Amino acid sequence: MSKHCVMGLFSDFDEAFAAISDIRKTKIPGVSVDDVTLKSPIEHPEIEEVLGERPVHLQKFTLFGAIFGVTFGFFFLAAAQASFLVQPQGGKPVVALPSNFVLMYEMLIFFAVWGTFLAFLFLSGLLRKRHSLYSENVSLDQVGILIDVDDSNLERVKDLFKQHKAVEIREEEIR
Amino acid sequence: MYNEKDINEQIAWAKINADVLRSMENPRKSYWVAIVICILMIACAVFAEYIQYTVGMGPSNLNNPHMWDMYIATFVFWIGMSHSGTLLSAILHLIHADWRKPIYRFAEAMTTFSLMTAGIFPIIHLGRVWNMYWVLPYVSDRGLWPNFRSPLVWDAFAISTYLSASMLFLFIGMIPDLAICRDNARGWRKKLYTVLSLGWSGNDRQWRNFRKIYLLMACFLIPLAVSVHSIVSADFAMSIMPGWHVTTFPPYFVAGALYSGCAAIITLFVLLRYFFRFEEYMTLPIMEKTAKLTFAIAMVWTYLNLIEFSSVWYGHDIYNKELLIDKATGAYAWVFWTMLFCGSVVPFALAFQKLRRHMPTMFVVSLLLNVGMFFERWMIVAPTLSMSHSPHQWDVMWGSIVEWAIVFGSLGWFGLLFLIFVKVFPSVSMYEVKEMVFHRQRHLVNEDAATKFHRRSDDKTTTGEPGLEGA
Repeated sequence: MSKHCVMGLFSDFDEAFAAISDIRKTKIPGVSVDDVTLKSPIEHPEIEEVLGERPVHLQKFTLFGAIFGVTFGFFFLAAAQASFLVQPQGGKPVVALPSNFVLMYEMLIFFAVWGTFLAFLFLSGLLRKRHSLYSENVSLDQVGILIDVDDSNLERVKDLFKQHKAVEIREEEIR
Repeated sequence: MYNEKDINEQIAWAKINADVLRSMENPRKSYWVAIVICILMIACAVFAEYIQYTVGMGPSNLNNPHMWDMYIATFVFWIGMSHSGTLLSAILHLIHADWRKPIYRFAEAMTTFSLMTAGIFPIIHLGRVWNMYWVLPYVSDRGLWPNFRSPLVWDAFAISTYLSASMLFLFIGMIPDLAICRDNARGWRKKLYTVLSLGWSGNDRQWRNFRKIYLLMACFLIPLAVSVHSIVSADFAMSIMPGWHVTTFPPYFVAGALYSGCAAIITLFVLLRYFFRFEEYMTLPIMEKTAKLTFAIAMVWTYLNLIEFSSVWYGHDIYNKELLIDKATGAYAWVFWTMLFCGSVVPFALAFQKLRRHMPTMFVVSLLLNVGMFFERWMIVAPTLSMSHSPHQWDVMWGSIVEWAIVFGSLGWFGLLFLIFVKVFPSVSMYEVKEMVFHRQRHLVNEDAATKFHRRSDDKTTTGEPGLEGA
């Protein structure tokens, strides 16, 4: 049995959300709300209520970057300072903590920010080829629902989209 | 009293895209004239730098004790200007002030370009520009590292962190808009936006991560901006020179930075609104809010000045007190009083609603505020070196033509970067304006529903039918 990818385009969030709740209610075999991808020009504030909680792990990378940055900062500076012991320190400590704190703080932010950015690229699925069913109207003013279905359910899903006044329905066979 | 909305919530989303994309097309003649003027200004600076490079620092009047002067004052000025984007994007984002949405993009761009301009000045100031890499944290062939105790090395760390973080912040915030540009562009622009939009398709996974990263970046950018200007103030405050060894310098610098940043936002607000016909997005109520914010920061700056003056006056430190008297009555008195006039008196124009809504007045006021802020930086650097601890070094020094040419050129450099930006990238955030319109529409609908509900329940009470209380 072949699979299809279907995308319904809706003129507003209300219709798209109604379609998603119907997917949840009608319980089409093999089709779950977890498989739904919503594409929109903006982020709807109540999207979690419709799609359910989907975890975001970005902050873990931020924390990792921050811890790495501050640790690396300390050891980098301390190692560099300790390597020129031959220089007269004028009675000051070799590893000067107060001044090092300033630089450790900067490194904390530097690595946290870059860690977050790199994680964002990875976790958001960026730097990949866009889906072939991508519609330019999504960046304009339409809301898209993308879902993978079996052949047997294709018509049911398309009918459901039509019931909710889908402006356009696109489909593609998944090989 | 005016009772207008920040934005008309009936604007169609397609129109928002069309208006912003239109601003990026077909530059008018005035645009090219502005580009040529900027290039000529840069040429002046390049020529002056060439003289300084070949002859030495003499033509810049830099000598002992005037080892710092206009270059460092200008460096601090541009660093200060860079705080505009942080304020509008990060702080106002965290406090959910959605009126920032139509105007934050160009403020963020200002942050990046101001830092790119500021970073040039320490290099020019070095004289031996080819040795600029000495400040980077690497070990030399003699096994020596830079002095990590020096605030000048802190500067290198702080500014490079701030520059990279603010560039990322600007870029990340633009990704959904770059996707819009990609979907509407042709030719080289299409290729450019396809690469820069990183394959953004607006799916829920991307939006969820986007919301999170934007919040996280905003949270990091605020302490970073504060630390950057505190570190810049440490360049002065860590010394024992009169007028510089001041405890309130970090907050004073940060307040001054936010102040000049806000003033610059007003300047560019007026220009973009006029030249790009952005009246529907850069509205008068938003200008009013920006002006009120600037006024509030102006008062903080004024307060910090008064604190500094009174603590010097009553502190009875003879060197500091002499310096303060000299600033107010000596050779630099006109700069000092102009600074106070522009920084503390002119902002009172922002207290009047009629003036806040008058664009030409706001343009002039914002320029005057930044003149005051430039003089403030000059008044930090120059008088201390003119009148330090040793009387045999007392001397008044004015910037040479070479210095002024380079300062003048930096305005051209900033202007050129900004002009290129507004034609290549959207200067108004399309998706955020859509969000703003969307939220306000929903608010309006909810308000209508609530009004109808209350009216209905009132009617029921008056007609003798059971009200809600009864139910």
